[in-house]
Amino acid sequence: MNYPLFETAQAVQGVTAVDLYAEYPDFDIDVDREQARLVAHDVIIFQHPLYWYSAPAIMKEWQDLVLEHGFAYGLHGHSLDGKTFLNAISTGAKPNAYSTDGMNHLDLRSLLAPFEKTADLCGMRYLAPFVMFGAGRAVQDNRLDVHRNAYDDLLKALVADRFDLQKAAKAALLSDVLDDFILKGEAG
Amino acid sequence: MGLLSDAFVYLCAAVIAVPLANRLGLGSVLGYLIAGVVIGPVLGVVGSETTEVQHFAEFGVVMMLFLVGLELKPAMLWKMRQQLIGLGGLQVVGTTAVFAGIGLAAGLTWQSAVALGMILALSSTAIVLQTLNEKGWMKTQGGQNSFSVLLTQDIAVIPMLAILPLLAGAHGASGGSEAHAGGEHGDAAAHGGEALAALPGWAQALIILAVIAAIIFAGRHLLRPVFRFIAEAHLREIFTATALLLVIGIALLMDFVGLSPALGTFLAGVVLSDSDYRHELESDIEPFKGLLLGLFFLTVGAGIDFDLLFGAPVTIFGLAIGLIAVKFGLLFALGTVFRLRGADRWLFALGLAQAGEFAFVLFGSASGAGVLEQTLLQTMTLVVAITMLLTPALFIFYEKVVAPRAVSKSEREPDVIDSRGRVVVAGMGRFGQIVSRLLLTSGYDVVILDHDPQTVENLGRIGMRTFYGDATRPDLLHGAGLGEADLFVAAIDDRDKQTMVVEHVAKTYPKVRILARARDRHHVYELEMAGAHRAERELFEGALALGRRALIELGSHPFRARTRAKNFRNHDREMLEGLRENYNDGGVDKSYIDAMRAHSETLYEIMRAEQGDDRHERTERGWNPPPKGDATL
Repeated sequence: MNYPLFETAQAVQGVTAVDLYAEYPDFDIDVDREQARLVAHDVIIFQHPLYWYSAPAIMKEWQDLVLEHGFAYGLHGHSLDGKTFLNAISTGAKPNAYSTDGMNHLDLRSLLAPFEKTADLCGMRYLAPFVMFGAGRAVQDNRLDVHRNAYDDLLKALVADRFDLQKAAKAALLSDVLDDFILKGEAG
Repeated sequence: MGLLSDAFVYLCAAVIAVPLANRLGLGSVLGYLIAGVVIGPVLGVVGSETTEVQHFAEFGVVMMLFLVGLELKPAMLWKMRQQLIGLGGLQVVGTTAVFAGIGLAAGLTWQSAVALGMILALSSTAIVLQTLNEKGWMKTQGGQNSFSVLLTQDIAVIPMLAILPLLAGAHGASGGSEAHAGGEHGDAAAHGGEALAALPGWAQALIILAVIAAIIFAGRHLLRPVFRFIAEAHLREIFTATALLLVIGIALLMDFVGLSPALGTFLAGVVLSDSDYRHELESDIEPFKGLLLGLFFLTVGAGIDFDLLFGAPVTIFGLAIGLIAVKFGLLFALGTVFRLRGADRWLFALGLAQAGEFAFVLFGSASGAGVLEQTLLQTMTLVVAITMLLTPALFIFYEKVVAPRAVSKSEREPDVIDSRGRVVVAGMGRFGQIVSRLLLTSGYDVVILDHDPQTVENLGRIGMRTFYGDATRPDLLHGAGLGEADLFVAAIDDRDKQTMVVEHVAKTYPKVRILARARDRHHVYELEMAGAHRAERELFEGALALGRRALIELGSHPFRARTRAKNFRNHDREMLEGLRENYNDGGVDKSYIDAMRAHSETLYEIMRAEQGDDRHERTERGWNPPPKGDATL
């Protein structure tokens, strides 16, 4: 499910798609290289399946190592100030599981609070998560292609700076219908 | 000459000749023999006393068998029983029969013919074992089988010693008077026979069995406490003395009951092979054995009767060469029957083709019993000595001519490769096996080549199809389907061949990716130059894993040990990258060494830096808490 999405991202000009498991199969993350990558980009997207309400282990390792004091946060850590952070995730459960009366008792954005706080501390703007719910049935339900197209739109809008970041930061979710967020014409 | 001047002459000859012979690639045995010829017949420094010295020096053979026994656990001996009885037995009986036949045809009495046949069936344990060990051929199939045969022969000496006097029965009346002329030859067993001769046959047999049982019992239950007691005294020379005492004591005992002392000490060695003191015993006896054997070879060389030789050189050399040819033929045939292949069969047949030092012993005994005539004895003694003298030449022939050819041009035709795969693996040793198994179990079709028929057979037995053939041959690689393959794994253990193959594949099949096993860092560079896309040093990962384990044993936290090993690997990788240009420019020159030293120093600093309390380590960037003084938090 995430691989086709990754391929979508790879195809978009202006996007650097990084397969962490391929680059660091032994979790031996090159901190300097990753920090240089962060500095070189304006929008950081964590694209991953939701594992135990969080990211797969290598992305946690990445955070632990790359988001250093003095680089990402702290008195002299301002390298990421003003950048944008986004979780592009897939879940196993359906949307209604992520509500106060659903199975998880919390909405998805609340569950992703650690990411939001991390972005905050690093001076990045946190956008509402871009989500594919019930990923196990997505192909059967013909939802994958729709989602891929939406992802493509989202990425292109971000690259072209035609995405309403303020609005997206306040929203609860970014669904496959992105018309409300994508700005027509020149960037505002 | 006094004892000291004797010793001086012998040692002098050995010290000059042996290193020279070794340097020239002739092996130490030939060195000793030549030294013997020089001090004996050529310079005449030593004379008739060499025979006496020789009997003393024969003790080296006894010690050698003790050491051989020490290396050989009883279970191993039991495992070898088929080779011992089948191969060894057939060799002794078959060769005896053939030589006896020749003897009869030449007009000897049947008793003399049989005696001569038995004696000539034996090979030289001293020369062959020494050479096999020295050249590292002991572990080969040929070496193992040679060893089995030699062991059987050493055991066969016992019944031979018993039979010789019996053969004299018919012949004896005339030979009896001259018996003691040869008896002086001083063979141990000949004396031993006398000690028990008065007893009836069954009593002799009983005593012999009792002695063997006693050696085994004493070895198991008495010697160990004795050695422990002495070892605890921490007197090194007394331990050595005890070891020597043991060997000499057993030799005397065996002597007394008329058995081969070599066999007795061999038994004692086997009994002690699983004791705690095995290695001490080995290192104590080893130098004595070496010197005595050397002395023995010296005396063989010195004892050559040049008058007799020059009197009838054609006859003597003809006999010697004939003897070698006949033995070689029989051994070669036996090797074929026992499925020895290629170079192994040659090693086996060439190595054992001479007559051995036991022949001198048995000649003495035969002469004592009057089985063989004096003139024949003298001639044959010379012939035997010459065959021994020629043996190193045969080994050299094997080493220089047979062995190299056997590798590149084995007798077995390469297999026809009828399977195809994306991957071709050349070399199925310890390295290739792991790579291939990983690929096979991951579901890839792999075509595997190896040049060792034994490996191919063994792997076939466990269900891994391997094709026999030399991967350095272009036609074979083509036959393996490299034209259509995606990947070539070069895992040959021979460094130069490995590079050669990689170069050939890179040139001929530019589309194929090449992964190569490298011996060391320099080999990595060479393989890359030759066209390998990636080379891995064969020992690096294993050594690093063990080093990591060692850190844990020393108290490191396992994760910390992992991190250190990881850092080490990264640094080493950097060094590999950093030195490449240096190496490719001028090999190991000064700038290479300087660069290497600089890298080593960095590594040392990095690893040291981690040992301190400094939590913000330079290489290990883990999660760190923000410092206390940061006002923003």
